Amino acid sequence: MSANVLLEVKHLSQFFRIDRHTTIRAVDDVSFHINEGETFSVVGESGSGKSTLGRTLIRIYDAHSGSVNFMGKEIGGKLNSDSRKFLRKNMQMIFQDPMASLNPRKKVLDAVAFGLDINHLSGDKDERLRKVVKVLKSVGLSEDHLTRYPHQFSGGQRQRIGVARALIMEPRFIICDEIISALDVSIQAQVINLMRRLQKEHGLTYMFIAHDLSMVRYLSDRVAVMHLGHIVEMGTVEDIYEHPLHPYTKSLLSAIPHPDPDAEKDRKRFVYLKGGVDYNIGTIRQLSDTHSILATDEEFSRWQQNDYSLFLK
Amino acid sequence: MKENRILEVNHLDLSFRLGSEVNHVIRDVSFHLNQGETLAIVGESGSGKSVTTKAILGMIDENGFLGKGEILFRSSQKGKDDEIVDLTKKDKKYMQKNVRGSRIAIIFQDPMTSLDPTMTIGKQIMESMLEHKKVASKKEAMAKTIQLLDLVGIEQPEKRVKQYPHQLSGGMRQRVVIAIALACEPDVLIADEPTTALDVTIQSQILELIKDLQKKTGVSIIFITHDLGVVANVADRVAVMYAGKIVEEGLAAEIYYDPRHPYTWGLLSSIPSLDGQDEEIYSIPGTPPNLINPPKGDAFAYRSEYALEIDFEEQPPMFQISDTHFAASWLLHPSAPKVDMPVVLAKRIAAFNERRSQE
Repeated sequence: MSANVLLEVKHLSQFFRIDRHTTIRAVDDVSFHINEGETFSVVGESGSGKSTLGRTLIRIYDAHSGSVNFMGKEIGGKLNSDSRKFLRKNMQMIFQDPMASLNPRKKVLDAVAFGLDINHLSGDKDERLRKVVKVLKSVGLSEDHLTRYPHQFSGGQRQRIGVARALIMEPRFIICDEIISALDVSIQAQVINLMRRLQKEHGLTYMFIAHDLSMVRYLSDRVAVMHLGHIVEMGTVEDIYEHPLHPYTKSLLSAIPHPDPDAEKDRKRFVYLKGGVDYNIGTIRQLSDTHSILATDEEFSRWQQNDYSLFLK
Repeated sequence: MKENRILEVNHLDLSFRLGSEVNHVIRDVSFHLNQGETLAIVGESGSGKSVTTKAILGMIDENGFLGKGEILFRSSQKGKDDEIVDLTKKDKKYMQKNVRGSRIAIIFQDPMTSLDPTMTIGKQIMESMLEHKKVASKKEAMAKTIQLLDLVGIEQPEKRVKQYPHQLSGGMRQRVVIAIALACEPDVLIADEPTTALDVTIQSQILELIKDLQKKTGVSIIFITHDLGVVANVADRVAVMYAGKIVEEGLAAEIYYDPRHPYTWGLLSSIPSLDGQDEEIYSIPGTPPNLINPPKGDAFAYRSEYALEIDFEEQPPMFQISDTHFAASWLLHPSAPKVDMPVVLAKRIAAFNERRSQE
């Protein structure tokens, strides 16, 4: 593992058993790494397994199999109390719906300090207050907000509270699960600018889970495209957006509507033909140092010759 | 009302009583819908875009009341001259019997909550046809239902009519909702954020479907959304709403390539540009105003770096820019100082224009 890799995931799987006959393979043999200080985005449609992946990394779920190495420690298997503490302190998560992730009966002060409290890091009363005020200011809220309840805030402000709650643990790595999709356009820009500013100030590493592909392009360094539990293509923003090879990536990119009426009139969209590709028999192939794709020999050679007749309509 | 217009909203005012206070959510809104076109109404949550369409359908809650204003609708009947009715003057019973569902239909955002989980989809599509007596018998209704499902791109419609909503995927459910809306062959279709809950690939399929249906049936569409990419894809004309008012209105090309109102500038600039990763995204500071005590002048002035002194004093009128393009901003007054739109947006528009001139 090279020096600046923060998180390395190998052959991670997460299966959910529904009943005797059916098991959902939500994340199926996924491998990737995230470098220190970068923004790594996972994109895909609903049901692709991208949220399950994030939740498995932070151990909301226990992984079915595979290994996760975070800051040099193995956190994929059973955790003892030390490694659990280490994980909770250094890895945090922000969720999509800020109203659903805040306790309506808790004041902002207590909601934000909760992480400190349960990890016995809050110190005495003054220190606790000082820490909360500091983090609230860094996300653009003020001391006046301390004694208010979540319902007294707008959507954008609530999401700032969610950010403050993650940030107060001084983590190295934050998983952002669709953090802007519930917000209005003008507020989305405010939250994204905030996240980028915090990243610069604290040297944070982000994993963004998102379906808004134009926002992902704007804020990521590297992108993984997930479909049906597999990472089908992974690379730098340029690799994925300028030189996509996998038909699923192509269809996803072609579906983004652009704020440009003339271009929209004669845009060609591709529909991905489901069942054209069996991900379980494909293997990961490197196109370059940064760009990889999941394919069988036959698929790979077809796609390289720009033959998508079996896969796109 | 002009010959080619199907719907015209004039100086509409709508408020809601909240205890002792009054929330003035629609303030002097005027717009029209031409036959066979798609008008997009764009705005943030709370701008009044959804409530406007609810007013058109007579679906205002008990505590809401209309002030002045009229909603003119061209009601055409076979073999008779067109009749123009003011929908604000009609009672609930008339609206339910003669307008809602039959002449003006609506598609909501979330297909799961607009479908009844205990009824087969076939029954739900047939329901409004039978209610409005568009068909003679159940048998005919069923035949038409199967045709409709086929029209909205659902395969094996004979099998699907017997299924329940939970047996269908999100995209399929939205197709069913569209089929229900089209069941009575309405003249106007209101689509209220129809693709917001869907994935991008499904979204593009549904948008294609709606455009295709418009070509086939000639239905006029009001499309409500906050997604400017979607608007660019579907709209012929665009109305931008802010704090209960229309602040800018024009052809899609006019709004995207020659926007004039600072709020429209803000909205267009806050979409991340495709290059320039290092720059901050332009963001509109603050949040929309509370409409219980709406600001005196231009409601956007408090968030706008372009605000003039008069913006805080007096409401700007609609200034005309072309035959089709209007904006309510004092910046368009002949004696206003000259200001430039945000640099990000100016750059993007310059790039658009360059590309357009090459073509």
